[in-house]
Amino acid sequence: MAINRQTKKTPMPEQEPLRRAANFDEVALGYTEEMAVNEAQRCLHCKNRPCVEGCPVNVQIPDFIALIVEGDYEGAYGKITETNSLPAVCGRVCPQENQCESQCVRGLKGEPVAIGRLERFAADRHMAADKEGDKAKASASFPIAGGRQVAVIGSGPSGLTCAGDLARLGYAVTVFEAFHTAGGVLMYGIPEFRLPKAIVQREVENLKQLGVRIETNMVIGRILSVDELFEDGFEAVFVGSGAGLPGFLGIPGEGLLGVMSANEFLTRVNLMKAYRDDYDTPIKRAERVAVVGGGNVAMDAARCAKRLGAKEVTVVYRRGEEEMPARLEEVHHAREEGIVFRFLTAPVRVEGDENGAAVGLSCVKMELGEPDESGRRRPLPVEGSEHVVNADLIIAAIGNSPNPLIRATTPGLEVNRRGCLIVDEDTMRTTRQGVYAGGDAVTGAATVILAMGAGKHAARSIHEFLTAKEAGR
Amino acid sequence: MYTITYKRPLNPSVTMMKIEAPLIARKAKAGQFIILRVNETGERIPLTIAETDPQAGTVTIIYQKVGKTTLLLDTLEQGDALLDFAGPLGKAAELDGVRHAVVVGGGVGCAIAYPEAKALHALGTQVDMVAGFRNKDIVMLEEEMAAVSDRLSVMTDDGSNGNKGFVTVRLKELLDTEKDIDLVVAIGPLPMMRAVAELTRPYGVKTVISMNPIMIDGTGMCGGCRLTVGGETKFACVDGPEFDAHQIDWDESMKRAGQYREQEHACRLLFEEGRQG
Repeated sequence: MAINRQTKKTPMPEQEPLRRAANFDEVALGYTEEMAVNEAQRCLHCKNRPCVEGCPVNVQIPDFIALIVEGDYEGAYGKITETNSLPAVCGRVCPQENQCESQCVRGLKGEPVAIGRLERFAADRHMAADKEGDKAKASASFPIAGGRQVAVIGSGPSGLTCAGDLARLGYAVTVFEAFHTAGGVLMYGIPEFRLPKAIVQREVENLKQLGVRIETNMVIGRILSVDELFEDGFEAVFVGSGAGLPGFLGIPGEGLLGVMSANEFLTRVNLMKAYRDDYDTPIKRAERVAVVGGGNVAMDAARCAKRLGAKEVTVVYRRGEEEMPARLEEVHHAREEGIVFRFLTAPVRVEGDENGAAVGLSCVKMELGEPDESGRRRPLPVEGSEHVVNADLIIAAIGNSPNPLIRATTPGLEVNRRGCLIVDEDTMRTTRQGVYAGGDAVTGAATVILAMGAGKHAARSIHEFLTAKEAGR
Repeated sequence: MYTITYKRPLNPSVTMMKIEAPLIARKAKAGQFIILRVNETGERIPLTIAETDPQAGTVTIIYQKVGKTTLLLDTLEQGDALLDFAGPLGKAAELDGVRHAVVVGGGVGCAIAYPEAKALHALGTQVDMVAGFRNKDIVMLEEEMAAVSDRLSVMTDDGSNGNKGFVTVRLKELLDTEKDIDLVVAIGPLPMMRAVAELTRPYGVKTVISMNPIMIDGTGMCGGCRLTVGGETKFACVDGPEFDAHQIDWDESMKRAGQYREQEHACRLLFEEGRQG
């Protein structure tokens, strides 16, 4: 196989920054066939396959890339879906630079192979070619075992993955979703311009074709407890309820109008489609917006605010650029779209007017001290550096913790001091028999792919648990 | 889909609906709420549950036509269906061990005060109910409220039913004459609930109100419904909707309630225009 020696990734076409900053259409447009094959030829097919180790769900990366080189795109898609049930999603939102691509040998001299882009290409080709969905294939190869029921709480990345894997093993899986639409953070959190909602719904449809039942408007912990799920005949429960409890800044003025969590802002925009005129949900369209935080959620909020017409959007982050947890590509895209970054800046107070509406965010400059428990250098305030960032909308994107609803209503389910469910890392088993958990409910806010890895892992353990239970009868 | 099995206007601006939702009907307790969405492009709005019928599998909601969503909801008739109906949400009211309660309802708030009185009555609590309306023409649920209280006083702002005055007038009389009152529950517009809180404060009587703030998910995810209670941030959807009225930062809550007023108003006007044209 001829190796493409080009040291840089094959660029992926994108919407022009100025144009895209005014619409919600997808920013990155995906590879053409030619680009994909060109990029796929950069893979060295190393013997020890370090990239596979870097993938939380161990996608057989060199194998699918080889199939792209051969022009067998459907084969490439099939290879990816052997271990990854949401390739169109992962190709778009995984932090590849910290995972598969960080291990790529090509990255030693130049840029790594654009694994994420190739994954997206294979998934998009499949979707375009297979408009009918996976219906025929699914019903042919995976008969549904009506008897053994498993409940999945939450339809985000971990829940969908767990449900898909269990359905393929023949379980009758019911997914309970609190919102009116399945998809969890993929629907309410990640914006349309980064992950089109039609793609998420297509993946959900595929699961339904596998026989997975999805029950929306079901807030487990209120309408049914975990105990009641067992009474209703479910033999195992997977909790993938995410990290839905937003953190606020804990500074004076936080109750002023125009101060909100990124969860609220993004849910209004993404799930409730407040950016579209034909939807009723209101959204504050501000002239000046300050977003506090440095993760992907902060980038998403800032870029949504820009698209809603804000003249000035400032990201305020208390550490330095190097410490920002956001994906490199998101930071890069945000900059191109005109988002302003103020690093080493921490908010101390929200300033309000006589009507109780926010008009600015008072901040202090920070300097970096010794590393803290996260290994990142701890920011310390610089005396006399207080200044005001003018803003009539202030969005707190400083992290989320797990929603306490399920643990509060499930006896025997233990959590750590951050409210995260305690699990056995090998099996994802919680402290309650028959109850497994994964995703942000266990880790606190993390990534889509880690949640998927956990869902996968839990599906395998649930299968082992139920198999052993059956054998013991 | 959630079918409307019954619809009845309670007064010109307030409507009662029974919605088919058997699981919620079986589970819901007084004080809890639901979130509904009329159609795909609609908002999610919270409404406190007025009554449930576990046998029939229905949940009763009572709403005032104030904004686009409630106007849209009101275009639906018996046999039509809502797209989404999630609940029960929030904590149930804590009503055990009360000797003598005064339950105060203001306007459409009576729809929510009524189930509280009903639950208290069923627990054997002595219940005085005070219901306030602007005038006698919009009085609603009078028979229902009378049936679940030992005494019902219906007050009107203009005195058109012969009982002139705000609910606080009657409440003060009760507090001054009945020394065993150990709980006041007040549900209605924010200014009314605040006035009740200020009135009962010097008497030292436990006073509980039910908030109905702006919210999206109702599960603690957005924080839009946050309020300050006793100096701490609370979410009405998961920590409430009922709170100790004496601990609430009322100034803040009243401002937050008006956040989207301009957009709500424009939306309602557009909706009405569309319906006429």
